[in-house]
Amino acid sequence: MKTFYWLVKREFWENRGSFLFAPVICGGVVLLLTLMGVIAGEVFRSRAGVHVSGMDFAQLRSHLDAGDLDKFSMALDITMLVPSMLIGLVLFFVVFFYCTNTLADERRDRSILFWKSLPISDRATVLSKVVSAVVVAPVIATLAGIAAGLALLVLLAIAASFHGVNLWEMLWSLPHPLRITAHLLSNLPLYVVWSLPTVGWLMLCSAWARSKQFLWALALPIGSGILVGWFGLMDLFHRGTLWYWKNIVGRLLLSVFPGGWMPDHALGMAMGGADASRMFVSLTDYSLLLTPPFLIGAVAGIVMIAGAIWLRRWRVDG
Amino acid sequence: MSAIVTARNLGKRYKNTVALDHVSFQIESGRIVGLIGPNGAGKTTALKAILGLTDFQGELNVLGLDPRTQRDKLMEQVCFIADVAVLPRWIRVREAVDFVANVHPRFSRAKCEAFLARTKLTPDMRVKQMSKGMIVQLHLALVMAIDARLLVLDEPTLGLDILYRKQFYQSLLEDYFDEHKTIVVTTHQVEEVENILTDLMFIRDGKVVLDTDMESLGDRFAEVMVGADRAAAARALKPLDERQVFGKSIFLFDGADRATLEALGEVRRPSVSDLFVATMKGTYA
Repeated sequence: MKTFYWLVKREFWENRGSFLFAPVICGGVVLLLTLMGVIAGEVFRSRAGVHVSGMDFAQLRSHLDAGDLDKFSMALDITMLVPSMLIGLVLFFVVFFYCTNTLADERRDRSILFWKSLPISDRATVLSKVVSAVVVAPVIATLAGIAAGLALLVLLAIAASFHGVNLWEMLWSLPHPLRITAHLLSNLPLYVVWSLPTVGWLMLCSAWARSKQFLWALALPIGSGILVGWFGLMDLFHRGTLWYWKNIVGRLLLSVFPGGWMPDHALGMAMGGADASRMFVSLTDYSLLLTPPFLIGAVAGIVMIAGAIWLRRWRVDG
Repeated sequence: MSAIVTARNLGKRYKNTVALDHVSFQIESGRIVGLIGPNGAGKTTALKAILGLTDFQGELNVLGLDPRTQRDKLMEQVCFIADVAVLPRWIRVREAVDFVANVHPRFSRAKCEAFLARTKLTPDMRVKQMSKGMIVQLHLALVMAIDARLLVLDEPTLGLDILYRKQFYQSLLEDYFDEHKTIVVTTHQVEEVENILTDLMFIRDGKVVLDTDMESLGDRFAEVMVGADRAAAARALKPLDERQVFGKSIFLFDGADRATLEALGEVRRPSVSDLFVATMKGTYA
């Protein structure tokens, strides 16, 4: 257990830039741009001589009906989610390239010979890399997203409070920061299971291909998808080619995208302007864990991770 | 004395070449064995087999374990330095020491820090900022702090200047080696290890062509400097090798009668490098 902890720590040391700095910087950039936007807005407003002083939010509020307030509250919720979404995109690239390179890089710089001179099994090493990809990086990204989201709310609330808007209302009674935080955190176990096929596939390529791991990782699934479409193979199973792209190619390459398990209708709901927090219901539905996309994907991922462990045992050069 | 490594009919084939051609050898405890051979002779393959880094045919027993199936257990008692450039470039001295201290049950942090104190390395220094010699100092400090029964060194001083090379072997001898430890080393810089070896193994084309300890080396091999007048007589004794120096011939003999040789001229113990060159003649031809 102690060895495993230190193995994970070692991965963090090596990838501090992508695991920690990338999401933190991304959140910081969102905040900075918002701040600049707010300041620019204020400057523009005062130059243009527009005066909103004396506008009373309470008075304004009395003119808003419940539906308007709901929309306003949802807008604030979505605002809080913006940093998490951007950081989620960053996380996708971080985890994707980490998995593609981690086992290949140690052979390329020959440091594998140093790691292998220590009494650490290949299983423990590869599993520590899996844990880094599906737990360490996402947890840091999620925390960074939550912190940036809360900071964004505070920033906007303070800016609004200069114009007589009630700070408390902007921060607490209209948006749902606690609920969103809880949802973002409870996403994580689903992410761990959902991302296994992509993590397994990329690590298998990283362990197997002697060079150009990234190209192999992309070319094999995409090439197979093209062949399947060309020959109409999926018709044999009464499924369309689209099914193959979505459930095989997509799961091998895109499952490290956070929230990828969200069903299409929920996505449409979110886009169509439904309550943002309602969209989370499908994102944090643990009963999904027992459905075939999660179960079969996880089993496939574990098999491929086992393959990567076996390959690392014997592949030392090149 | 007990055997640390026992190989019987050890074989390894790559696609077109035979790297190890059914060799058998034994390495005893408390020895420093030099495994010496030209490029591509199979040295590295033999070491890889011992360290469980490659598959092979035949039988190989290292510390009572099979390196193919019991590698994880084996590595608690075996350590190796593959070559100078294998420490990860991002790691800091402090991180490397912390990591090894926490994953290796036989590592002594105090020893390691004492070794490091003798160098210019500082805890926050990263490997990528170090010279090749400094990387080796760090690697050696880590490895010497591990109480391993077998230490394998594969070209550990390649590319180092002579100060670092001397220091490397001196540290190993003074601060590390004792009768409970065994060291196997491969190198091309034969002159530098000549004085520290207890055993010598020459390997050529996947075969062990010489396997002897250093004491009997002097009894078995002899070098004689012979004037031109008696060169024909010396040649009649079937020397391994002949070379010319200042108008005289130097002959290298294997197992020739000592008294006969002394009659021919001045008899010396041959250097390992001369013996090596004589044994490997024609390898690249």
